[in-house]
Amino acid sequence: MSISEKREKQVYTDPPLIQGDPTFHSITEDISVIPEKKTPTWWYIAFAVSFSGMLMLLGMIGYLVWEGTGIWGLNVPVGWGWAIVNFVFWVGIGHAGTLISAILFLLRQRWRTSINRFAEAMTIFAVICALVFPGIHVGRIWAAYWMFPLPNQMEMWPNFRSPLLWDVFAVSSYFTVSLLFWFTGLIPDLATLRDRAKGRIKKIVYGVLSCGWRGGNRQWKHYEMAYLILAGLSTPLVLSVHSIVSTDFATSLLPGWHTTIFPPYFVAGAIFSGFAMVVTLSILARKIFKLEHIITVRHLEFMNKIIMVTGMMVGYAYSTEFFIAWYSGNEYESFAFLNRAFGPYAWAYWIMISCNVFVPQLFWFKKIRTSIVPMFIISIFINIGMWFERFVIVISSLANDFLPSSWDYYSPTIWDIGTFIGSFGLFFTLFLLFLRFLPMISITEVKGVLPQADPHFHHNGKDNGKAGGQG
Amino acid sequence: MNGKDTKIFGILAQFGDPGELLQAAEKTRDAGYSKFDCYSPFPIHGMDDAMGLRRSPLGYIIAFISFFAVIGGLSLQWYANAIDYPLVISGKPFISYQAYAPVGFGLTVAIAAIFTFVVMLALNGLPRPHHPIFSSSNFEKVTDDGFFIGIESGDSKFDTEKTKEFLSSIGGKNIETINN
Repeated sequence: MSISEKREKQVYTDPPLIQGDPTFHSITEDISVIPEKKTPTWWYIAFAVSFSGMLMLLGMIGYLVWEGTGIWGLNVPVGWGWAIVNFVFWVGIGHAGTLISAILFLLRQRWRTSINRFAEAMTIFAVICALVFPGIHVGRIWAAYWMFPLPNQMEMWPNFRSPLLWDVFAVSSYFTVSLLFWFTGLIPDLATLRDRAKGRIKKIVYGVLSCGWRGGNRQWKHYEMAYLILAGLSTPLVLSVHSIVSTDFATSLLPGWHTTIFPPYFVAGAIFSGFAMVVTLSILARKIFKLEHIITVRHLEFMNKIIMVTGMMVGYAYSTEFFIAWYSGNEYESFAFLNRAFGPYAWAYWIMISCNVFVPQLFWFKKIRTSIVPMFIISIFINIGMWFERFVIVISSLANDFLPSSWDYYSPTIWDIGTFIGSFGLFFTLFLLFLRFLPMISITEVKGVLPQADPHFHHNGKDNGKAGGQG
Repeated sequence: MNGKDTKIFGILAQFGDPGELLQAAEKTRDAGYSKFDCYSPFPIHGMDDAMGLRRSPLGYIIAFISFFAVIGGLSLQWYANAIDYPLVISGKPFISYQAYAPVGFGLTVAIAAIFTFVVMLALNGLPRPHHPIFSSSNFEKVTDDGFFIGIESGDSKFDTEKTKEFLSSIGGKNIETINN
């Protein structure tokens, strides 16, 4: 079979992205009915739980400000505890949203349209959670503004050659760009909600938020260009933000941190953990909101494949670290890794290896990567494993450094644990508000990938399927 | 005035699907109209050509702004750490652009993104909460499954009756006059 014949065949055998014989109107209905209908009871319950978590976080932060970082389990060699672990964990999760919204957009992966909106929302909320931690871990929160280049009475500037400051800029510009990208995508959908709104207040609120969008091609022209530019601007961020986060570690001299593999290794881990979170959230959302025909098993399978690829990259990085530690001939470096696998934190190390390297291998089986319950469980395992990865990196290297006389064992206090759980409260509070008041799937973009959105669909006789499927 | 009326914003006609809208846009363009717009729930591929529109200048504007953002981002760091309050860090050179790259890059991307958003809205004349075209209740479908062409009264060829006839001849339905 020639390549062109193969390609022809592929076009015909690819199932439609959106199932259930959709029309433009049915898509509008399916998605915009979610924020329009009466608030379901489960939402109130879930919101109460997450909101309590958020209040707990605020309480924890309040006590931290009052008392100081001594309430955490920090000790002398381990000056970076859970705050940094949680920070890296949350920033990493955000990366999947940006990859979906930016890189997959530039690569014309049309399946992204079903998941990009809430993956982007997840990014923004995860970055908010992440930003909490470096903000509070400085101890003297009232001096946190020193991180920004503000002219001040001390005539001091931040040190721009410090990776910690790079981090401030990387993460805050990441947040800004993600927010603008998300909001730009929302504008036409907010206009849909405006045009459907019954009540006057809703009409005004959605009307203001949609900026008065009219949907004329003279607007779409600039809009599409803006979307393309924002995707282009976000694309390097997928790679740069976590690379810069990793330089917080890599530019230090600590064994186990001082390695050049960190930037790519962190980026792969970030995408890995982020996709696991997207799978977790989308399985719940599609079930609860009956959107199985829009977020299909095919979409989930694509994501599981990405999880598998990035999971193996992470596994490869783990083994490379070991190899280089041995090959370097540096005894501190070798010790750091043997200590990770067999030292006092071996339990955390093996949780990490099991969850991140072994468990995702199950996705080799098509049956597993296309069935909901197994993939949900696997995605939870990965979420856990990736938190432990950061724990292993941060804690084990700090706790056992050069001089055995300065070693100590780190254990978290109730305040560490409460703050971490509270950050989930913050995340889910924001996420539930998003699900309740905004379209969780991009109405405009899903319509754009329907076969009938192609202008040649109705007018080319038998060529329909081809024009529609290919796009 | 030849049938022109300043009270009228334009004539709106509805079309059935993206294909019809695209063909109608081509015919409207070929009939010599230039002040018209095609409204749709999602961007339609090939519509810029069909309407005879040029590519959006947004990319060039943002490239221009980004150039200054790069310079600004780097000079901020250079001024702060080398001129205003020289910081000696392990005896490294003050103008170490390598160390300034991450912050310079972050600032550039953030500034470019903010301007992309703002300039996009400005080019589109947004935010504009009200517009004469919203007076048509049928037009609410534009964000659902409606496809429209609106020819504006500012067009040199515009004539209330003739334009209506023209829109109907190219397959427009639900033709209505939109008042200012």
